[in-house]
Amino acid sequence: MRKVKKFNLSSWWKRINVKYSIGLSLILLVLSTLIYLVIQPAILRPGTLSRLMTSNFRTWLPVILVTIGQAIVLLGGGLDLSNGSIVSVGNVILALTVITPEEPWKNLLIVLAVIAFGAFAGLINGFFTAYLGLQPVIITFATSFVFSGLALLLLPTPGGAIPREYTDVYRNTDLLGLPISLILIAIFVLIWAFIRKRRYGRFLYAVGGSPSSAYTTGVPVTWMKISTYIISGLLASFAAIAYSLLTGSGFSGSGEDMTLASVTGAVLGGVSMSGGAGSVIGSVFGGIILGNIRNIISTLRLDSWWRTLVNALVIVVALAGPGLVNLIRRNK
Amino acid sequence: MIDSSKSEVNMSQRKSKFRLSPPLTALIVAFILFLLSGLLPNGFNTWQTAVNQGLNILRLASFIAIIGAGQTLVIISGSEGIDLSAGSVVTVGALMTYMFINGNNSLILPILLLVLVMGASVGLINGLGITYLKISPFVMTLGMAGVVQGALILWTKGYYDGEVAPIMTNIIARDLIFGIPGMIFVWIIIGIAITLLLTRTRFGKHLFAIGVNRQTARLSGVNVNAMVVLTYVLAGAMAAFSGFLLVGYTQNAGPNLGNQYLFPSIVSVAIGGTQMSGGKGTYFGTIAGAIVIQLITSLLTTMQLPQALQQIIFGSLLLGILVIYGREKSLRM
Repeated sequence: MRKVKKFNLSSWWKRINVKYSIGLSLILLVLSTLIYLVIQPAILRPGTLSRLMTSNFRTWLPVILVTIGQAIVLLGGGLDLSNGSIVSVGNVILALTVITPEEPWKNLLIVLAVIAFGAFAGLINGFFTAYLGLQPVIITFATSFVFSGLALLLLPTPGGAIPREYTDVYRNTDLLGLPISLILIAIFVLIWAFIRKRRYGRFLYAVGGSPSSAYTTGVPVTWMKISTYIISGLLASFAAIAYSLLTGSGFSGSGEDMTLASVTGAVLGGVSMSGGAGSVIGSVFGGIILGNIRNIISTLRLDSWWRTLVNALVIVVALAGPGLVNLIRRNK
Repeated sequence: MIDSSKSEVNMSQRKSKFRLSPPLTALIVAFILFLLSGLLPNGFNTWQTAVNQGLNILRLASFIAIIGAGQTLVIISGSEGIDLSAGSVVTVGALMTYMFINGNNSLILPILLLVLVMGASVGLINGLGITYLKISPFVMTLGMAGVVQGALILWTKGYYDGEVAPIMTNIIARDLIFGIPGMIFVWIIIGIAITLLLTRTRFGKHLFAIGVNRQTARLSGVNVNAMVVLTYVLAGAMAAFSGFLLVGYTQNAGPNLGNQYLFPSIVSVAIGGTQMSGGKGTYFGTIAGAIVIQLITSLLTTMQLPQALQQIIFGSLLLGILVIYGREKSLRM
């Protein structure tokens, strides 16, 4: 009996690693969450856990959304370094234009405009990289400059405000005892799990794994790649909405750190930078791990002069992780 | 499709007989831009002001071009090579020079050495991460930019106090001979050195080889990993050296001194016709590109356009150049 169970566990583990390549991120997720909870003061007091969950997930949601987008682009063999600046533009537009909820249809239009901008920005990235066949790294770097310039042009100094009526909904709504931000993440993951099984999902992995063989078997490679950038842009605009609701104000550099965080999160989640391997759920784990690490650092009350360095080192070490594991494995 | 890079080299060699090479085009554009800037209300009206303005633009362009020298090397090395840590390294190099030398002529050489070692070590970490841990250059160097910036904050704790040595001011900031700033002579020396390095040495030959195709380079006996690491080390040292020169010119240093040069340095490499996917390029092109960038910056500044608009224009410019020069390896065969 025991033998059978053990066999099942190892095969389950293998399946997780081979099919979703999230073994390492699962371990890190559990570990980082445990460490975070252990060092929390008053963790055993009732209500603390749910309060922490609400405050953490609403803070993480923007980064997790861009990380999902980045993961999808990476799966298709691309790279989107402009997603953070798309968040900035969205945040600036919202902070400048959203008004008190007397005319809700107007605000709805603004939100739709932000989403449309995200999709359009993604389309631009896709056009240059996939349609014209240029390198994603340098193209999205260039477009990120254009987008962040646009954000700075619209809002030179931090300002603007989102009405409280809206921010409160985002910050403090619980559904079935779970924060709304966590439920949104679950919805995105479920939608992707559905798409993953369809033709689109299969095509995506084919394109990322080997574009030329995907091309010869009739996969519309160019369109697939363009679509990943559009998805990333859309998710960045959702992230902008979440970020604006979280902070309630506008800042032209709001998404600046999210670009690198999205790549790091995806890599931590087992998504390969060379395309075709990894999973979206892994990237969500990666985003949560990053959030946990940030929280652990801030709970430790490090001297504030150390903070930038430690955060940056964590990112570099996280990026180095998969490579290090491979290096050790190869030498064995 | 597999030997596209090879046939591309042949093609571009053939083509260059019939059409202007990118660096030359850039220089012509630069000249036209310069003449245009003379037409502005506060432009030049005598020969003397024109010459002065030209020299000033060359001097400002030299900083972009010297940071661009390291960038040219890593971009030629291929595999999406790029050095985004250059901006932070420039800042740290400048601040080390500023704070450690503190007006003391005798400390110039030891501190310069220290600055170069600092830059080279950052480059070493970049190179090791890229080759052995297989982190994409963009992400690795962007991550290191954060680390260097973090180290800077921890080191200075927001307190920047120092002074540039008088000799540096005399050589870099003042006019040396015939009213030509010393910085331009430094630039010429660096330009010749980098060009010789690229065209006359084994390092240069191997650099182009790994840029075109790492696999074939490895098979023909090039130690690819060592080459890549060495290239990033050189780029780091060049960036740190730019910081040293830059602070000699500005006479003042702050925590964001270098970052404003990062994007222009990359765009100047692209304008100069160096292929962003590697394997092809010249430092002469980067020099021409830097002059174009500086002219555009000066034009935009005299027209009093906001910083944000300059950013948008540079971003669009880079996109445009990439479309014109960089079309290759498209999947639609």
